Amino acid sequence: MNDAAREPLTTPVVYTGAPRVRANLVALGTITRREVHRVMRIWTQTLVPPAITMTLYFVIFGKVIGSRIGTIEGGFSYMQYIVPGLVMMSIINNCYSNITSSFFGSKFGHYVEEMLASPMPSWVVLTGYVAGAVTRGIVVGVIVLGIALSFTSLHLAHPLVAVTTVLLGATIFSLAGFINAMFAKRFDDIAIVPTFVLQPLTYLGGVFYSINMLGSPWREVSKVNPILYMVNAFRYGILGASDVPVWMAYAVMLAFVVALGTVALWLLRRGVGLRS
Amino acid sequence: MPIAEPASAVPALEVVDLRKTYASGVQALKGVSLQVAQGDFFALLGPNGAGKSTLIGILSSLVNPTAGDARVFGLSIHADRGGVMREIGLVPQEINFNQFETPFEICVNVAGFYGIPRSVARPRAEKYLNELRIWDKAFQATRMMSGGMKRRLMIARAMMNEPRLLILDEPTAGVDIEIRRSMWHFITGINRAGTTVILTTHYLEEAEKLCRNIAIIDHGEIIENTSMRRLLSKLDVQSFVLDVTGLGDALPELAGVKPTRIDGQTLEVEVPSSHDINSLFAALTAQGITVTSMRNKTNRLEELFVRLIDRNSDRVPHE
Repeated sequence: MNDAAREPLTTPVVYTGAPRVRANLVALGTITRREVHRVMRIWTQTLVPPAITMTLYFVIFGKVIGSRIGTIEGGFSYMQYIVPGLVMMSIINNCYSNITSSFFGSKFGHYVEEMLASPMPSWVVLTGYVAGAVTRGIVVGVIVLGIALSFTSLHLAHPLVAVTTVLLGATIFSLAGFINAMFAKRFDDIAIVPTFVLQPLTYLGGVFYSINMLGSPWREVSKVNPILYMVNAFRYGILGASDVPVWMAYAVMLAFVVALGTVALWLLRRGVGLRS
Repeated sequence: MPIAEPASAVPALEVVDLRKTYASGVQALKGVSLQVAQGDFFALLGPNGAGKSTLIGILSSLVNPTAGDARVFGLSIHADRGGVMREIGLVPQEINFNQFETPFEICVNVAGFYGIPRSVARPRAEKYLNELRIWDKAFQATRMMSGGMKRRLMIARAMMNEPRLLILDEPTAGVDIEIRRSMWHFITGINRAGTTVILTTHYLEEAEKLCRNIAIIDHGEIIENTSMRRLLSKLDVQSFVLDVTGLGDALPELAGVKPTRIDGQTLEVEVPSSHDINSLFAALTAQGITVTSMRNKTNRLEELFVRLIDRNSDRVPHE
């Protein structure tokens, strides 16, 4: 600590225009990198469990039960039919749990203050966390798809639809998880929504069956479930079959992205659950 | 110890009628106004719950003010939050970093939050971790570090954006004297290089030693805001403890000075500031008493602080 040799500190640059944009991009990259690093550091908690769970799903529902069901909607084997839904289910669950545990963890450990006391605008914080969660969702999705390919053969009917659906679905549940984490005061609070809302909606979202197999009014009731649109849009992207029009699935997903993104940003700017 | 004179007319910090009422109804700040000049080493003192941390929380964007404004180098916390944050480095009272990350990661990431690229942040992190003598722990998980190391890490982290205003909220709490001294040395060096420093501490000796100007806050109000020298000059009586030989059963007679016998070798004396110490020694010597050593009974600032807080407690009704 030789203060005699200390250089005077640099006068700060005035951050407007391009320097501010560059600074925000550096900040965004920092949060995203930190989030991805966290996922990789604890890969036994973030990447392995979904792989094991989905392998069990494929064995039990796809092989054991599926072999007795035969073909389903559009002449696909039951195994082929459930793969898109299970991949989407993995992505949704992992995006949600990633962002809730990471952001709530930063609140619980108070290191969210590092970000709150920095010049980063709220949208950078939100986008960084969402990017980290979406990355985990995609990595898990690729792993689960890889496992699925060892059980059955698939072809990509509409690759662009598959990719955009994954991105939109992952973003929706990352944003929802972020809002959950903002309001959460205890670890229990981030477990309630996945258990009592997300899981039932996923199971009733056409992962394991076509809603055309349901009678009225359950077929109509199923259409208020947003997960139905994601699962079917992704199924359309992989198999070329869907229970709902793809344009409608996009409209629903885009509406959710805009609505949840607006709410999350508003909450973050107000500092709900963060600033006293 | 305080160094350079303020360099510019624009204050480093200007707080204007700042108020904060929490949802619980507690009025933490009741219209606080103060100025800190550029280059100053400023002490913000007050008892627990006086409003210090609320004020620092507002400055660092962690607490929303109810009313009023604060300007940092002329930038308002309302109009340009990002600009204000770019100027400030904060060392909070509580440990608030991810205990699973390493000091190096923490510093580089925080620099990233300020838009500082990794190519700049990496050598800067090395520099400050080295200066604060924790470079050897730079790549270990922080949960393995001692309390003193964690405190030094928070200072290194606060330096990553090379702030022009460094706010330290009890940075040396629970730290042993050797590390505390090394931290003082670092902070005075930073101040010497031009950074304005605001320090809150319960170690009043630390504030007296380091700071040039001072504000005392109590019950959400500033009750004293002056230079350290002027404040200390208000101390009209000082108490000294004298280690002596030759002390008999009777108390020595000392004109204008009130002695109290502690034991056969120790005498306590209250000396008015108008009274010179030489005449006290002369009077003791004349009565066959030799002073072998002498020390202040309490730190001077501590005596004044207690008096001011006591006086304010009598004035302000208990909430």
